[in-house]
Amino acid sequence: MVLSAIFFYLFSAVVIASGVMVIGARNPVHSVLFLILAFVNAAGLFVLLGAEFLAMILIVVYVGAVAVLFLFVVMMLDVDFVELRQGFLNYLPVGGLIGIVLLAELLLVVAGWTFAGDTMPTSPAPAGMSNTAALGEILYTKYIYFFQAAGMVLLVAMVGAIVLTLRHRESVKRQSIADQVARTPATAIEVRKVESGKGI
Amino acid sequence: MDGFFYDYVVPAIIFVAQSLLLIVVLLIFVAYLLYADRKIWAAVQMRRGPNVVGPWGLLQSFADLIKFVLKEPVVPSGSNKGVFLLAPLVTTTLALSAWAVVPVAAGWVIADINVGVLYIFAISSLGVYGIIMAGWSSNSKYPFLSALRSAAQMVSYEVSIGFVIVTVLLCVGSLNLTDIVVAQSEGLGTKIGLPNSFLDWHWLVLLPMFVIFFVSALAETNRPPFDLVEAESELVAGFMVEYSSTPYMLFMLGEYVAIVLMCSLTTILFLGGWLPPVAVPPFTWIPGVIWFVLKVTLVFFMFAMVKAFVPRYRFDQLMRLGWKVFLPISLFMVVAVAFVLQLTGWGA
Amino acid sequence: MTMFPDLLPALPEILLAVGALALLMIGVFVGEKSTSLINGLSIALLVVAGIAVIAGPGGGVTFSDAFILDPFARFMKVLALIGSAIAIVMSIGYARARKFERFEYPVLIVIATLGMLMMISANDLIAVYLGLELQSLSLYVIAAINRDSVRSTEAGLKYFVLGALSSGMLLYGASLVYGFTGTTTFAGIASALTAEGASLGLVFGLVFLIAGLAFKISAVPFHMWTPDVYEGAPTPVTAFFAAAPKVAAVALFVRVVVGPFAPITHDWQQILSFLAIASMVLGAFAAIGQRNIKRLMAYSSIGHMGYALVGLAAGSEAGVQGVILYVSIYLAMTVGAFACILSMRRREGMTYEINDLAGLAKTHPVMAFMFAAILFSLAGIPPLAGFFAKFYVFLAAIEAELYVLAVIGVVASVIGAYYYLRIIKIMYFDDPATSFEPMPTELRVVLGVSGAFVLFFIIFAGPLGGAAGLAAQTFFPTG
Repeated sequence: MVLSAIFFYLFSAVVIASGVMVIGARNPVHSVLFLILAFVNAAGLFVLLGAEFLAMILIVVYVGAVAVLFLFVVMMLDVDFVELRQGFLNYLPVGGLIGIVLLAELLLVVAGWTFAGDTMPTSPAPAGMSNTAALGEILYTKYIYFFQAAGMVLLVAMVGAIVLTLRHRESVKRQSIADQVARTPATAIEVRKVESGKGI
Repeated sequence: MDGFFYDYVVPAIIFVAQSLLLIVVLLIFVAYLLYADRKIWAAVQMRRGPNVVGPWGLLQSFADLIKFVLKEPVVPSGSNKGVFLLAPLVTTTLALSAWAVVPVAAGWVIADINVGVLYIFAISSLGVYGIIMAGWSSNSKYPFLSALRSAAQMVSYEVSIGFVIVTVLLCVGSLNLTDIVVAQSEGLGTKIGLPNSFLDWHWLVLLPMFVIFFVSALAETNRPPFDLVEAESELVAGFMVEYSSTPYMLFMLGEYVAIVLMCSLTTILFLGGWLPPVAVPPFTWIPGVIWFVLKVTLVFFMFAMVKAFVPRYRFDQLMRLGWKVFLPISLFMVVAVAFVLQLTGWGA
Repeated sequence: MTMFPDLLPALPEILLAVGALALLMIGVFVGEKSTSLINGLSIALLVVAGIAVIAGPGGGVTFSDAFILDPFARFMKVLALIGSAIAIVMSIGYARARKFERFEYPVLIVIATLGMLMMISANDLIAVYLGLELQSLSLYVIAAINRDSVRSTEAGLKYFVLGALSSGMLLYGASLVYGFTGTTTFAGIASALTAEGASLGLVFGLVFLIAGLAFKISAVPFHMWTPDVYEGAPTPVTAFFAAAPKVAAVALFVRVVVGPFAPITHDWQQILSFLAIASMVLGAFAAIGQRNIKRLMAYSSIGHMGYALVGLAAGSEAGVQGVILYVSIYLAMTVGAFACILSMRRREGMTYEINDLAGLAKTHPVMAFMFAAILFSLAGIPPLAGFFAKFYVFLAAIEAELYVLAVIGVVASVIGAYYYLRIIKIMYFDDPATSFEPMPTELRVVLGVSGAFVLFFIIFAGPLGGAAGLAAQTFFPTG
């Protein structure tokens, strides 16, 4: 118990600290790196909860794929944050107002919070079943509709990206592996008798 | 106080001792694999390879180690120092930490967690960060181009590796690495009445996936013929251009540890881990760990041979192979394997 | 262990999903040549789905209570399918003329329609969100489909950013509702509300939920995207946006507030009244100054959504019936109006200036007559369809003793009539401008059907009203 409490506070503290650094870092690349640190520590929190499958998926998907691409966009764009922040003060009143409203709401919600004892989860998985199996059992039976719908949403995202960005340039030479492989001496070489002194 | 001692201190000491033992053995193993890699390469090219330090050059890797450590580390003035120094550490630490879940023999594993395969998959997908961070923080053209290539390459091949792993998981019904090995003690061979043998392992039933996994593992670890990340004829040394001394050595070390990891993953997923090739007396007397090491060495030998005689891919060809060949095949195989398992009832 | 869900109630959705995937594959393997084939197949697919809705089972709950089929859902699904099918029909000629024929366009419309059907049948907050997101994501892409046009891409981007914001609000609201009731199913929320009443946090959740939904139907003050997107997107896309998605979003709105939140009707009645008043008034006043007919239609649709919300604010069976009738009639009118706008084509290209309609009565008398009828109907002049639409919702508001709402609604529709009549004046009394190209056949058909519906609505007001009443009874089983 003590050990998991220590790790809980360690992971949470690092998540929060790196979350703050994501906003606070001067260099956008550093921001993304802190974001990744936050993800990894969040995965650590999942492990503490006994949800190891979610922890690993969080790392594989968010850290291993999404954040890599994110990092690249940030590296390539070369965003000048000093310039971006010049207009910061102009937006401060409105942004601050919205922030205060949201904060007030959250406080209201927290103030009105009552823990309903029976809805608190006791264990992430039923006994005698790893939580990966438990997740699969429920995801593909009870929540199959949501699962499939989410799949359709992702499909649309992919189709959308292709529709809006893919261009077939006519001038680009393309390699056709099949054609190359299908080449034989018979189709590629022509043997001619050349008379001496005449040329082809 | 006694409770505290036995509950926390003793397990911690055992844990640390196990980890240290694993790391030391692993690093010595890596040192000789490095040597083997160079020797095999040299032999294919009819050279002698390292042969000066120690008998037959056996101490060459250690000489290199000392040389690197004693040199002065140079940090370019335009670089982003923190990230620049962090990058090699990230690479090496990640490569080593993945070993925590690898079972080298029955029960010989530091952390026998339920999602072992996913853990290794997650850690190896993190490996790209060392390269990206190095490429970006060097503030130099070649490293940056190399980082670009590496991100695209590793993200692409992770997809097919993921699907290959999924097919294995379908057959086993568990993400635990020990379970995966144990599940291979019975299979195709025992079904037709033979004793437990190498015919039961997954490499035979999942042969296409074995090939895809092997090739993807080459790409994932930036080994030739997919070493575009550090292609010396194009990018000098890729993301390592600006590195020298200990940081450079850490990169090399991390890279080889990752390669050995991929070899052992291949062994566990497809070659039956520590199981003997034929489960009859002379073979079963040999401890499992020996079989494991032998199999890893065999896979590494294939890695080394591929490096020696396959020319380097072009980048677009690499992408084509990953997305247009491996992805559809592995995707189809996932469906096909699931279908067969469901119909025959062979699944877990 | 293996429980196989009952798929029959969701048959139209499954047909659309599988069909869309098949069409996508055809498109990928055949290439751009297949566009006209896929256009035809998409329309056929939507028709088949419509038949499946009508001929399929009359009701049922499946997928662990996440999906519900009832008379209301069937009615609205048929409307959404009609709207989408017509949108594809109307786009054919335009796409060919403007050379942005892309096979993904009809496929995306089919997927958006799938999202709409899922919204209409949602019986769970997660289903609400997924359906809405499927529809919206397709719409973002469709808005920017003409990617070589700066305005189209700008419209798509604007729609995307604001839409993502509204989805965020919806999710925030949904998570608050979940947090305070402990369930995401509509039945669970309703029973929790009956048992415990509304806590403050729950009302906050409801407000955010309504804000997110109000964005999707472009009710004031969440309307800012509408004029720009309507103007920037290619016109057939605008026609699509104005029709089917509005129907689906209104249906979802009805389902969310009248279903699970019925026990706290009083709380959302005030919010909806405010939204309705603001939309009606802004729709009426802001449209007056518009010169571009697409922007004008945007403000018109904002106003009409305000009127539809009047019926919903009543919170009664008559009110819901009024809303259902309103969106049916609105769909018919909008489609007709956009058939006319799509015909505003000269040799040198499309024009959207209202003044270019001058003298249409002399150059294209039939089109002018139909357009005038539709505009009269939009303004709510008896005995055209639009009048009955407004009549029913105002009646419901008065029955629910929302007199202020009804009075403001009537005043707003009088003001709104001004700009519709101005277009008619330009068409009939101004000197002719350069004549438009002749109207393509498919637009003639759409305009004819829509005009006939508007003109002769009295004849089938009975059956349609009956069907709407039946659909409205879904939410008021005892009444």
